[in-house]
Order: sequence, then C-alpha cells, then structure tokens
Amino acid sequence: MLAQQLINGVLLGASYALFALGFTLMFGVLRVINLTYGFYFSAGAFAALFLTRDAGLGIWAALPLAAVTAGLIAVALDWLLLAPLRRKRAPELASLMVTLGGVLALYSAATAILGPDIRRLPPGLVDGTVFELAGLRVATPQLFILVASFVLVGALVWLLNFTRLGLAIRAMAENPDAAGLMGIDTGRTAALVSFVAGCLAGAGGVLIGLNFNAIHPYMGESMMLRGFVVVIVGGLGDIRGALIAGLALGVVEVLTAGYVDSGLKEAVAFAILVAVLWTRPSGLFGRPALRRA
Amino acid sequence: MNGEDARATCMLAVERLTVAYGRTVAVQGIDLRVEVGQVVCLIGANGAGKTTLMRALSGLLRPEAGHIRLEGADITGQPPHRIAALGMRHVPEGRQIFAGLTVAENLALGAWLEDESAEIARRLEQVLALFPRLRERLAQMAGSMSGGEQQMLALGRALMGAPRLLLLDEPSMGLAPLFVEEIFGIIEELKREGRTILLVEQNASAALEVADYAYVLETGRIVLQGPAVQVAQDPAVLAAYLGG
Repeated sequence: MLAQQLINGVLLGASYALFALGFTLMFGVLRVINLTYGFYFSAGAFAALFLTRDAGLGIWAALPLAAVTAGLIAVALDWLLLAPLRRKRAPELASLMVTLGGVLALYSAATAILGPDIRRLPPGLVDGTVFELAGLRVATPQLFILVASFVLVGALVWLLNFTRLGLAIRAMAENPDAAGLMGIDTGRTAALVSFVAGCLAGAGGVLIGLNFNAIHPYMGESMMLRGFVVVIVGGLGDIRGALIAGLALGVVEVLTAGYVDSGLKEAVAFAILVAVLWTRPSGLFGRPALRRA
Repeated sequence: MNGEDARATCMLAVERLTVAYGRTVAVQGIDLRVEVGQVVCLIGANGAGKTTLMRALSGLLRPEAGHIRLEGADITGQPPHRIAALGMRHVPEGRQIFAGLTVAENLALGAWLEDESAEIARRLEQVLALFPRLRERLAQMAGSMSGGEQQMLALGRALMGAPRLLLLDEPSMGLAPLFVEEIFGIIEELKREGRTILLVEQNASAALEVADYAYVLETGRIVLQGPAVQVAQDPAVLAAYLGG
C-alpha cells in the first residue's frame, strides 16, 4: 500500500516538477513572477485536446505540438505584457500586477470562448494496460507521464548546461547588463526563455490532463498554486530545488489523500509552504545572494 | 591633421552628449575624443557623472541628446550587444562578473561573438598569460574569488572579446594596494600592446600617470582637458584630486 502510494506520488510529482521548472526558469532569468504562466498550462491541455480529438493525432505527436503552441503563446504574451515594462525598467510590482490582470482576462476570455465544462481526451488515446510488478500497479498513461517528464527535464538540464544558448541564459540570469555587454542579445534570449518555459507549462498541461482526464480553462489556476509551493519551497529560480520540491509535493499530496483525507491535501501543501518560509525565507535550496538558473 | 586622417585615427568621438538618470541630468553636453592607440583617462569626484557616461557609451543607458561615434559609425542609442559587436568592451564599475558561473564560463562569455574555436583558444592563452592566477581557477565559481581576482577576471573577460576600444570603469576600486598596483601594471602592459583605452578612475595620480590624455569631469561637465602630464600639474587638479 505505502509503496503503491509512493509510486503514485512520484508520478504526480513528476508533472508538478515539470510545470514548476518553467516557472522558476522564467523567474530566474527574467526576474518577474509571471502569473500568466498558469495559462500556458491550460493552453497546452486544450491544444492537445484539439489535436487528438479533432485532428486525430496520437499522443506522441500531440504532446510536442501542444507544448510548442503553449511556448508560442508565452512568447506573444511576454512581448505584449512584459517587454514594454522591461524597456522602461519598471519595478517588479508593476510587472506582477500586469501579469495578474493579464491572466484573469485570459482565463475569462478562454471560458467565454470554450465554455466552462470539463472536457475529456478521446478514449483509448493511451491504451489503459496496467502493469503489475511485485504487487505494484502502474498504468500505461502513468508510465507515459513519467517517461515524458524525465525526457523533458533531461532536455532542459542539457539545454542549460551543455549548449551555447544555455550559457547565454545562465549569464542573463546572473547579470542581464553584463550579458548584454558580452554581445548577447538579451531581448531575443528573453523571448527564447519565455518559449522554453511556455513549452514546459504546456507539456505539464497535457500530462496532467492525461493523468486526471479533465481539461477546462481554469485548470492552470489550481496548478499555479502548486507551482508556487514548489518554486518557493525549492527556492525561486533554482532548477534543482524545483525538481526535488515538485516530486516531494506529489508524494505529500498522495500520502495525505491516502492516509488522512483527500480534502486536506492542499491544506497540507500550503502548511508546508508556510513552515518552510518561516524557517528558511529563501526556500530549502535557495541562496539569497546567488541566483541560479 | 587633415580631415581624412582625423577619421582614420579617431576611435571614439562623443559630441554634445547629454544623459539623464531618472530626472537628474548626470552628463550635460559632453564632448570627448579617444584616438586610436591612446589611453585617455577621465577623472572626477564621486557623482560627477563618470559611470553614467561610460554606461551611455556602451549602450546600457540611452542618451537624451548628442552623438556617439565609434570609428565613424554612429552608435547613439544602440543596444549593448550591437555596440559590443562593433568592438567596444566595457568593464563595468563593480566588475559585474557572472558570480555563479565558473571562471572558464565567464571567459567563454567574453568571446561570445567569436565563432572560430581556434581564435577563442588563442585569446584564452593570451588572457591566461596576462593573468596566470586565473589559470588555476578556471573550474572555480567566479564569485568565490577575491575582489582583486574578480577584477582580473572582468578584465580578462573583456579582452576575450578582442576589443578595439576598452572602457575601464574604476578598475582599482575597493582593491587592496597590492592589487591596485597589479591592475595598473596590466593597464601599462595593455598600453604597450597599443590598445585603445578609456579609463575612469578615482585614483587620479595613477590614472594620470598611465594616460596620454585626460579629461576632468565636474557635475556632468568637462571642466578641464589636455595631455595627462599637463593636467597632472594643473593647480586645481593638484588641490582637488592629487592631494597636493
């Protein structure tokens, strides 16, 4: 029973971590708490819905396409909402408020256009075979989620640490002015970071949509609350922290639901957030003076 | 000197440049020239507008009025990465190294605009020959080094860009006396190599010693200029900056 719960928790946590990675990357590089981030999650889930239900694509094709769609939306919104503020070097609070207003407008517009009902992915999208190993049950969709999360996280780590673009992104996270002085086009790099983050959020939306088979315009909002817990506990801007905190949150939620009460899982998650901040104000892994991407 | 020669030998020409920081006008209609191969220094008290001027030259601040020409090309209002691509390298005040990246990564970023790996390797050897201390620290986090070592890294990083014009903003600030001496030794060395440098310094005596030409900045205006040897003997400069 406990082992089964842990497996379910890790599966859930993998998509939390995936989602939170993009959020923490965006903050680490662009220095903005971008509340529109949750919308990319909804956008990715809906893109996957349309691609599989209406265009008849399989999940392996729909996942990357939906992620890229969410990434492009992220670039467009960043350009529309935040780029003008960056040019004026506006204070962070202004950016936060602009994204708050922006995301509320986006959610209500999406609800008006798409309707508030919960949609389901076409049945049989991922075959429902359940594997049993030593009494532990893992269904194929769950396996898909796990593999996809690991591949995407691996791709992000590779991008940041082993590519030229990754070096530019890390330089910009450290010191945007100095990055510009090196000849790095910081505007273009910011757009690429938005794209990568949007892709991660969109992929998270597809995977969570698959896990719970429930897609609706506001799904990004409840995810955003979890995203906050993960990136703040992990340390804002810290990739490794977001990974660990994401997995931990998944496990905590599943264990709370399994052994205490499923209605309490969010209460427990936020109690942990408060407790962590009381004891370590910059998160479990965050170091206040040193930003890391 | 006729007009043709003037264009061929002028690295940087600043004309009636005005730069505002928020509502305060920090630089007010400055004219300044740096000739190819020259070391020009800019001295002045804190708040005179030296750093503001440097930031405007490299594109970190947008000027309100006036023109900046680099080898004849008008770069006024261009973003930093474009100006860097034209051959200007700015070592900013307070070093601004990438503290959470390794020394090697910092140096690689200095050569960001160079694609040829053989050329990057050649520059790296040059820089490490100039700063042997950095060689032992290539794998170390830049932020874990001492202030003096970080200043050397900031200089080395700029040299990795093979600059045609080097801007140095307060390279000796906050350093132990031994490091100050070493940094000025390096500037002497760069001068011997024939590099073109615009140097901002609060250590006026050391700056005037290394420079060919000097400008004195007070509350955003040039109040005095001339060959460095002459400026160093000016009674007002002696009294205000050289403790004479």
